[in-house]
Amino acid sequence: MSTSRKQIHLAAHFPGVNSTTVWSDPASGSQIDFASFVHLAQTAERGKFDFFFLAEGLRLREHRGRIFDLDVVGRPDSLTVLAALAGLTTRLGLAGTLNTTFNEPFELARQFASLDHLSGGRAAWNAVTSPDSFTGENFRRGGFLDPADRYERATEFIATVRQLWDSWDDDAVLADAYHGVFVPDDRIHPFSHSGAEFDIHGQFDVPRSPQGQPVQIQAGDSDGGRELASRYADVIFSRHASLREGKAFFDDVKGRLAKYGRLPSDLKIIPAATVVLGDTEAEATERARHLREQQVSPQGAIAFLEQIWGRDLSDHDPDGPLPTFDPDAAGLASITRGRVRHEKDPFAVATKWREVAEANQLSIRGLIIEMTTRTAFVGTALQVADRIDEYVQSDAADGYILVPHLTPHGLDDFVDTVVPLLQERGSYRADYTGTTLRDHLDLRVPARVADGSAE
Amino acid sequence: MTTSRNQLHLGVAIDGHGAHPAAWRTLDDAAARGLWDGTVTTRHAQRAAQGLLDFVTLDDALAVQDGGEGRLRGRVDALLTLAKVGPLTSGVGLIPTITTTHTEPFNVSKNIATLDWVSLGRGGWRVEVSTSTAEADHFGRHQPMSEAEAWAEAADAVEVVRRLWDSWEDDAIIRDRPTGRFIDRDRVHYIDFEGARFNVRGPSIVPRSPQGQPLVLVDACGQAATTLAVATADLIVIDAETGAAAHERVSALRTALSDAGRDPAEVFILVRADVVFGATSYEASARLAVLDRHEPWAAHPGRLRRLGTACAFAELAMDWQAEHDINGFVLAPAVLATDLGRIVDELVPTLQAAGGFRKQYTGVTLREHFGLARPTSRYATASAGSS
Repeated sequence: MSTSRKQIHLAAHFPGVNSTTVWSDPASGSQIDFASFVHLAQTAERGKFDFFFLAEGLRLREHRGRIFDLDVVGRPDSLTVLAALAGLTTRLGLAGTLNTTFNEPFELARQFASLDHLSGGRAAWNAVTSPDSFTGENFRRGGFLDPADRYERATEFIATVRQLWDSWDDDAVLADAYHGVFVPDDRIHPFSHSGAEFDIHGQFDVPRSPQGQPVQIQAGDSDGGRELASRYADVIFSRHASLREGKAFFDDVKGRLAKYGRLPSDLKIIPAATVVLGDTEAEATERARHLREQQVSPQGAIAFLEQIWGRDLSDHDPDGPLPTFDPDAAGLASITRGRVRHEKDPFAVATKWREVAEANQLSIRGLIIEMTTRTAFVGTALQVADRIDEYVQSDAADGYILVPHLTPHGLDDFVDTVVPLLQERGSYRADYTGTTLRDHLDLRVPARVADGSAE
Repeated sequence: MTTSRNQLHLGVAIDGHGAHPAAWRTLDDAAARGLWDGTVTTRHAQRAAQGLLDFVTLDDALAVQDGGEGRLRGRVDALLTLAKVGPLTSGVGLIPTITTTHTEPFNVSKNIATLDWVSLGRGGWRVEVSTSTAEADHFGRHQPMSEAEAWAEAADAVEVVRRLWDSWEDDAIIRDRPTGRFIDRDRVHYIDFEGARFNVRGPSIVPRSPQGQPLVLVDACGQAATTLAVATADLIVIDAETGAAAHERVSALRTALSDAGRDPAEVFILVRADVVFGATSYEASARLAVLDRHEPWAAHPGRLRRLGTACAFAELAMDWQAEHDINGFVLAPAVLATDLGRIVDELVPTLQAAGGFRKQYTGVTLREHFGLARPTSRYATASAGSS
């Protein structure tokens, strides 16, 4: 096996609450039953993936004042599911999103340190920030955060959590029955943090975990998010899965690492991607087209359009033309809640969409299918393996987090057919060479910072 | 009365290596250390399941244990530990402690509901509060609370959690292809809790779990905790050193339950007991003496402690059940490696032979072990007419 080839990192995202998930297909199983999580996690482990990832939702999304019912709705708690999977997997990393706005450092630090212990060093935390008072209505502390402060809180939160993770000596637990000393007093170091967001002190209650510090993931795409990731993250997710955009993102983020004294290999860049396979290219293309139709139902297309137009369009025919009138700017702020918005200027979007629809003779649904197509690896197993390898070797990414369309069998074919091809060319591990997620990601174990002073 | 009321119910506390402070010193070093990854706890839960016990409990708090260098110190999150145990066991109920003072009721609700999902209906919740200064300092959000204040807040937390567990009706997920609807949103409900200390809007993000309402366990020690137990607990755990004390406590609780409008047949009262077993009474005492030489096991005032044979404990258990209207026990074994074995291999068969304990699990969920039906969501009637 060639050792000079850059190694690909793969992760699996359990398909849940988003329009990638095709729940209406007869082959789609439960998004809630634990058995579905077990199957996908064990499939990912069979494929020697680095980790399995669960996103978070803390408030059911609403559209036009009611709970949005056209995508998958509801999910079990991520951390609890990951802990349950720890006993049914042995090498697979277990990653979950937890919000820095609606949690406290002490509790979150003990949860991830616990998961790291329970999994023998396989835990990862995707830190996200959320300023919205909509979600805050489910929490006693409410939504108190000024959007401008969200990265400041996240930065202070992460620094504090790291201090807690480092507060026990590596070898603190002596368990010396003869002398009757379980943990010597001087091996648990007190912590103290006083900042704008948190003022806490005391003793952390979880011994230092197998990875020292669970792996840190970030997903921010803004300048603030990229900077935070460059400073703290071990893995960054991105939406830039194409070759050109991927390379630009890769260069930008890796270029920021030096000023924090970090090496390019200290941060792995893993865009989200979907895969559609076929025995022939034509079959894969046809399957991808069919999937897009399933993902965008007639009702879903109207709801999507309403998010841009900011008003009720239920009297429009999904197979008919786009509205001739302009978006309602006043309605935009409230029409959809609990969803991340990517469209900044609805008037520009509406103009562009009308042009595209007219030029290509597209109906509302046809247009939504066209405009929301995600970057996907579509083709035969060989073509997909070639492209993933090419993208990684040319530094458009360090690997990909795959979002399957179907639950829970959506990655079966990929693992059976694409993974062996990647292994053959020496770009992907034939088997796990280590036991921890840090091992899989080729990350150093951080030395404990004695009396770490989080700034 | 359901048949299960003629049967004893047994739970066991599987904390650390046992309830005796020197329990860890009876093991070799590696075993004493091997707590954090959950293997020790899994082994104990599997042993409890072999004995057909109703449930295990795992305690938790948000601070390092007191007691200095000689005590076992360090924790892993109890809910997450039992989540790992879930798929590795069957039969036995899993009841972690989650405190309410510094946590979010919304999170507690989804944690326990998900424990119920991953264990296929064996989840429960032991409600506890945090009144220590240390715990308050770890969060820095408010001053330490008094017991009364903390339990009053816990009552709000339990109400929120229970409402959230009901916020999805059982048949809310419809996956209706023609209309493109994944759920029927008339069957997913806001809970709109408004209390003195916090408000929670809902609904939960977790669809209704296998049990609908996982069982809520409250240790009724102190007036404030007892008030909450009477108001809402499914399992009430009491301390009683003698049959007479148990009798008095139970009749007071049953009266209070009736006064609160609850069906006393649906609430189970269990007595907590520290236990040290031996082949003979002498052996049990000798075992305790050896442990106590390391550090004496301070008796909790008013709590039952029994040293002796498992057979003798079986007699006491059946006698208390028959004479004093208790439903069972939550046992705190001095050393799990030894005493849990005696519970499973000796106590349970003795009870079975006397017709006082199940010979196999007759259900798969924790509620079923107590003969409790799966409740309909409190919000179900509201929408029945409109859908």
